Amino acid sequence: MNLSRKRKLINKFALTLSLAAMSFGLFWLIWILFTTLQLGVSGLSLDLFTKMTPPPGAAEGGLANAIAGSFILVGLATLIGTPIGILAGVFLAEYGAGSWLAGATRFINDILLSAPSIVIGLFIYAFYVSQVGNFSGISGVVALALIVVPVVVRTTENMLLLVPNSLREAAFALGAQQYQVITQVTLQASKSGIITGILLAVARIAGETAPLLFTALSNQFWSTDLNKPMANLPVTIFKFAMSPFTDWQELAWAGVLLITIGVLALNIIARTLFRNEIQR
Amino acid sequence: MNMATLARDASAQRQGRESGDAVATAETVEIAFRNFQFYYGKYHALKNINLDIYKRRVTAFIGPSGCGKSTLLRTMNRMYDLYPEQRAEGELLFNGQNMIASNVDLNDLRARVGMVFQKPTPFPMSIYDNIAFGVRLHERLTKSELDDRVEWALQKAALWGEVKDKLGQSGMSLSGGQQQRLCIARGIAVKPHVLLLDEPTSALDPISTLRIEELVHDLKKDFTIVIVTHNMQQAARVSDFTAYMYLGELIEFGVTETLFVNPKRRETEDYITGRFG
Repeated sequence: MNLSRKRKLINKFALTLSLAAMSFGLFWLIWILFTTLQLGVSGLSLDLFTKMTPPPGAAEGGLANAIAGSFILVGLATLIGTPIGILAGVFLAEYGAGSWLAGATRFINDILLSAPSIVIGLFIYAFYVSQVGNFSGISGVVALALIVVPVVVRTTENMLLLVPNSLREAAFALGAQQYQVITQVTLQASKSGIITGILLAVARIAGETAPLLFTALSNQFWSTDLNKPMANLPVTIFKFAMSPFTDWQELAWAGVLLITIGVLALNIIARTLFRNEIQR
Repeated sequence: MNMATLARDASAQRQGRESGDAVATAETVEIAFRNFQFYYGKYHALKNINLDIYKRRVTAFIGPSGCGKSTLLRTMNRMYDLYPEQRAEGELLFNGQNMIASNVDLNDLRARVGMVFQKPTPFPMSIYDNIAFGVRLHERLTKSELDDRVEWALQKAALWGEVKDKLGQSGMSLSGGQQQRLCIARGIAVKPHVLLLDEPTSALDPISTLRIEELVHDLKKDFTIVIVTHNMQQAARVSDFTAYMYLGELIEFGVTETLFVNPKRRETEDYITGRFG
């Protein structure tokens, strides 16, 4: 009797603690989302998508060049980083499984995965930007791609390891070569998980500021030249938010809202994709 | 003729069938194991196996868990090649050729020896592509030839009627029993000589099990079948020959009926009567 009462008390105590922790986390998250929405929504207009970033005090302006620049940088970085990441992940899970090379690669990849993004930015700055002598879109693409690669490697490997070995054996038993087993069976079986990983990687680099500060920097004007500095949302937000001009600050909040909505949408898509797969 | 002579005749027949190395001289040997050894690293898992698998007959491997029956089955399509620490020695003769030699074309071997696993393993693709997968690996067929082959395999596996209107659907959408018949269809679509079944019904309900057993009975007209089973009734129902294994050794091999009714070895009798295992 006594023992069971004690157990119930402990249970209530644990439940209260975890509820409190959850509310604490949610409180800040909702506050952040609410502030973003409150301050950003007034800046949302058609101008935001059609007009260039204005000089301070101008009557009108938008973020068109920054939005386009972000799309180019993130798009190209994903295009470069994803195939490398998938191929490396396939090596770790299928070809190299158990070898020392795979072990070493996995270890290095984990270090890269947890490396602060500013380190990657500085690395590209030292090896490319300072050699060439100017900030450029392409250096930003490379920096972001370096962030995409380890994320995609990890998810690809993890998703491939979830594929039951019996499925591989069944394909081998029919006389398939290893590349046929991988491309037609195991990658197919883990497709949605890998796509989820790619989407999460995109969501991560969409908001990265530090690596772009040292590479793509920013551009006040419309430019799609990859050898010139390129406008992008995170650095523009950084610049505008720190400025004393209220119209710039308003644009910065609008930009923050755009990124938040974009990342939120990517996360939701990734989750639904993954859930549908598991239910099937 | 009185009862005593009848009994003597029957026992004489049995004696005849069991004497010598060959169990039944009228049968054709499809696969022969000679002084066959198998190792998991240093562990000697199969010891000196000598065994004939007869053409177009069902051979069952029975024995307690860990006795090596699945290991023996998996040597016949060299599944162990996937795992570097596993190796075989001795002879595994297939039409007189030693299949464990290193110069054997594995794709060729696996085209001749199909396999079905304990749990159904449909590939993440349509029912049609599941069947066509193996065929495409070994043959160049036109679309209509491939269609015919898929239908033929599904007919053979007694699944055509249930799936003919949904060939484009995912193979994973089928029930467990249907998935297992899909895997059998996939195995026979490449027209192998031998079909290896590794506890094919252990994950299925009794009705699905019965269907698979009926299927095995039909399939032996065209294929040599080797089945590993934990279920002794199943071995008795579906097989023509049975091999009893224990601790990596082949204890007794013979005509199923004889082995179950009148086993030669004491160990076999203990196992099938449930005194052990």
